[in-house]
Amino acid sequence: MRHFVIVGILVIAAAVLTYAGLNAIGLMPVEASAQAIPIDWLWNLQVIAISFLFSLIVVPLVYSLVVFRRKKGDNTDAEHIEGNTTLEIAWTIVPLIIVVAFAYLGAYSLGETRRVDPNAMVIKVTGYQWGWQFEYPEYGFSSPTLYLPVDKQVVFQMQALDVIHSFWVPEFRVKQDLVPGRITEYRITPTLIGEYKVRCAEICGSSHAYMESPIVVVEQAAFEQWVGEQKLAAAEAEANATPEQRGQKLYETYCKACHSINGTAGNGPTWKGLFGHEVELADGTSVIADEAYLIQSIKEPQSQVVKGFAPMAFNATAVGIGDTEIQYIIAFIKTLK
Amino acid sequence: MKNVHPVLRGLLMLVVGALVGYGVGLFLDYAVQSGFFANATELRFNAPVPGLFSLLIGATMFFFGLVGYRGVTRGLVFQVVGTLAGGLLVTGIRASMGLSLWGGFLFTEPAWVLGGLVGALAFLVGVGAVTDWWKWALGEPTSEHHHDEPGFEKYFGVSLDHKVIGVQYTVVALLLISVGGLFALIFRTELAASQLQFLTTSFKLFDQNGLQMYNSLMSLHGMIMIVSILLGIAGIMNYVVPLLLGAQDMAFPRMNAFSFWIAVPAAVLLLASLFLGGFDTGWTGYPPLSARAPVGMQMFFLGVFVAGWSSILGGLNIIATSLRMRARGMIAFRMPILVWASVATSLISLTATQLIGLSFQLVMFQRLFGMGFFDPDKGGNPVLFQHLFWFYSHPAVYVFVLPGLGVISELLPVFVRKPLFGYKWVAMSSLGIALVGFMVWAHHMFTSGMNEYLRVPFMYSTLLVAVPTGVKFFSWVATIWKGKIRTPTPMLFVLGGIVVFLMGGLSGPPNATVSTDLHLHDTYFIVGHFHDTIFGGFVFPFFAAIYYWFPKATGRRMSEFWGKVHFWLMTPSFFILTLGMMRIGLLGMRRRIADYDPTMGFDFTHLILTVTGYLIGVSVLIFIINFFHSMKNGEKAEGNLWESRSPEWLVPSPMPLENYEHEFEVVGEPYDYGLAGSRYVKFANEK
Repeated sequence: MRHFVIVGILVIAAAVLTYAGLNAIGLMPVEASAQAIPIDWLWNLQVIAISFLFSLIVVPLVYSLVVFRRKKGDNTDAEHIEGNTTLEIAWTIVPLIIVVAFAYLGAYSLGETRRVDPNAMVIKVTGYQWGWQFEYPEYGFSSPTLYLPVDKQVVFQMQALDVIHSFWVPEFRVKQDLVPGRITEYRITPTLIGEYKVRCAEICGSSHAYMESPIVVVEQAAFEQWVGEQKLAAAEAEANATPEQRGQKLYETYCKACHSINGTAGNGPTWKGLFGHEVELADGTSVIADEAYLIQSIKEPQSQVVKGFAPMAFNATAVGIGDTEIQYIIAFIKTLK
Repeated sequence: MKNVHPVLRGLLMLVVGALVGYGVGLFLDYAVQSGFFANATELRFNAPVPGLFSLLIGATMFFFGLVGYRGVTRGLVFQVVGTLAGGLLVTGIRASMGLSLWGGFLFTEPAWVLGGLVGALAFLVGVGAVTDWWKWALGEPTSEHHHDEPGFEKYFGVSLDHKVIGVQYTVVALLLISVGGLFALIFRTELAASQLQFLTTSFKLFDQNGLQMYNSLMSLHGMIMIVSILLGIAGIMNYVVPLLLGAQDMAFPRMNAFSFWIAVPAAVLLLASLFLGGFDTGWTGYPPLSARAPVGMQMFFLGVFVAGWSSILGGLNIIATSLRMRARGMIAFRMPILVWASVATSLISLTATQLIGLSFQLVMFQRLFGMGFFDPDKGGNPVLFQHLFWFYSHPAVYVFVLPGLGVISELLPVFVRKPLFGYKWVAMSSLGIALVGFMVWAHHMFTSGMNEYLRVPFMYSTLLVAVPTGVKFFSWVATIWKGKIRTPTPMLFVLGGIVVFLMGGLSGPPNATVSTDLHLHDTYFIVGHFHDTIFGGFVFPFFAAIYYWFPKATGRRMSEFWGKVHFWLMTPSFFILTLGMMRIGLLGMRRRIADYDPTMGFDFTHLILTVTGYLIGVSVLIFIINFFHSMKNGEKAEGNLWESRSPEWLVPSPMPLENYEHEFEVVGEPYDYGLAGSRYVKFANEK
């Protein structure tokens, strides 16, 4: 009996200390969305349960090792205790109840993260190897940076152009895959002004690690101002841009992840000094990188693979790069001496 | 060469073979790249083909030096020739169809796939794993009895003795653990600091840049470890289960040998994927990414497909043996607990493994024949793959851990000198975990875009696994309570296994709960969690089992001192490793990334994780040296070293062929330590 009392006290002490320790370290990143609240609330309950259960097993284990350790010279066996059906039933039923309770709470907090605001602003999110594009259909422009007004629910209609990606902002907690061939939905209500990053969480090829884009959460007024600027800038840029500038913009959105303009090789060959020069292909032949070659390579990237590079399946048409845009891109490539 | 030590001879031959293979590969690559001498280009020293040939011919020559042209050497020669023959066959067919004949890796993709399959089958013919069946088909007589050659050579050819096969499995598992661990150390080194240090974009090897090489190594680390676990548990089960049952051998000795040997060409195929362009999908191989990865992806699929046969047939054998070959008096509830665990694990591997083979085969066919199973443009569905894949791959984790948990339950009573607390409950909990394990697969897909309401029932079913798992933990603690505890090396690993598996078990429910999993999914928290479950459920018990049964197999014991060094080096390092992983995972570190944002402040933690990774590597190296050194030089231990009641310890070590000289009958409970005058078995020659 004495052993049980000591162990009982030690278990409780260890559980409290473990929980306090974990709490003091701070386990989660900043809580920056309304959906993070029910998740963090449940996580905290789980940490309490983990601290208790860990102590419940480890404390008697360590206690036994110290107290019941075999004395030197004692070669006899221990007491013959085969089991105890009441205990076995108890430690089947009690965990069952706890588990069902946690599952119920899990369903409840999931429901909280899925609460729908009918006035939520729609943003179309496109993921591709390796970048993100955010389209604001209400305002008619796209942006490589995601601006969000604080304390307003937004709903993302997400699509993937090539392979599966996953939209995750650690500070927002919630994560959702983007699956080719279907639209997936992601609802979030940012609650904290600041700058974050969306990071792709589902492996999507060699530059998966770098598939990150900035997210800026601002006051409603600042958001509206940004929208105004974007609309203006979009219109102005549209009107005034030279083909080279348009090409550069396209480059930065769609091409930069694989093709450098400084001479280093990425997943694709560099564009520096590309135009007009000879290119060696994987099949052993060579061609001159003229306009016809570049058009062909953008439209059908697998037709003329450059030696030393893996064939890629960049789908230009799917991201809206047509003949005109290709001309802009080529104009930009020509500037890269 | 006759008086040179065989291992040294093997290593010399390895160097020669690797160089010759490299030269041949370089030549072939040069020939193909230059269109058979039409327009010569430069030699590609870092190309895939020289690397692959270097590996294949080097390995073959190593075994030639070690044991001569027999067994595994013949198998590997057949595999190389079979692969080339299969590849040339497809190339010939392509020639007649006017298709391109050669690819960047010598053969085209279809030629590699058929070549790989033919090579694996040819290995089995070459090694002699199908010889007896072939003779039966021709009506020729075969010997009913085993006759192994004396000496170490028997381990390098087909043997029908379950003890030899058990050792073969265990040693190959250790070899693959070393390879998988080496891969981990390579990419762990890259992760020691943010930014890319050596796996950079200008790195070029086997047609991969640094990022691609990172992904190939990371993906292969996963699958090679999985295969090594499957071989490791098969090793323990093969060696121990017939001994515990009092059987002469497994129910189907030829199928047993086949199950082992099919895993060897599978391992070769998996390694070949690294050379043939690698692949960048992780071990899960999700399409559409896997549908567009390099040829290495196909070798990976094929390797897993072939390794699956080993698991399925091995499971069948264990079940048949446990059902049919128990000693007299061994009713179900007097079976040793490890037998219960082995049956539970085998039920899963017999019935679920087909699904991973199928899911990979469908992607293979999608790539080869343009079938659109998972291609949305052709009406396919990428999420369907995930269902098929996880239908095996979740139950698979119970395949990995159940035997280990069985080892823990089996060894605890011996070292605490007390009966296993609640024997029947522990036995049933293994079956409970196995059965519930079939209904939980979609918890890997909470963020996948599957029907969102389905997430809730899968959360309930997954959390249910905690109940039978909890029964095990409580029963273990109750077994230890008031025991007279001894802590030699095997017991240390048992205790370590319990605590590490507890950490894995407790970090599981937050992933099983949908809302918290939305944050945790695909992060380092998951990586930390499953390394805890696998180390606690497999690695620690596997080491415990080896330290424990090593004297049974060799008549000598492994060094206690170095065993303890192994334990005390590995355990704290491992705690730091996985707790550190969970910590940064919660803060935003994603899985499967080659580089991380320096602004997140993970650099220091990652450096620590890399250091602990190396310490674990060192500890395993110590273990392996201890293992091989003790075979010849260990302290003699031919008696009942652990004072166990189990029948295998009541006869001298090492066990003779066909095991017990005298049959035994079960006359009591297996774990009645402390009950005066009780005994578990009575041998036929006893009064």
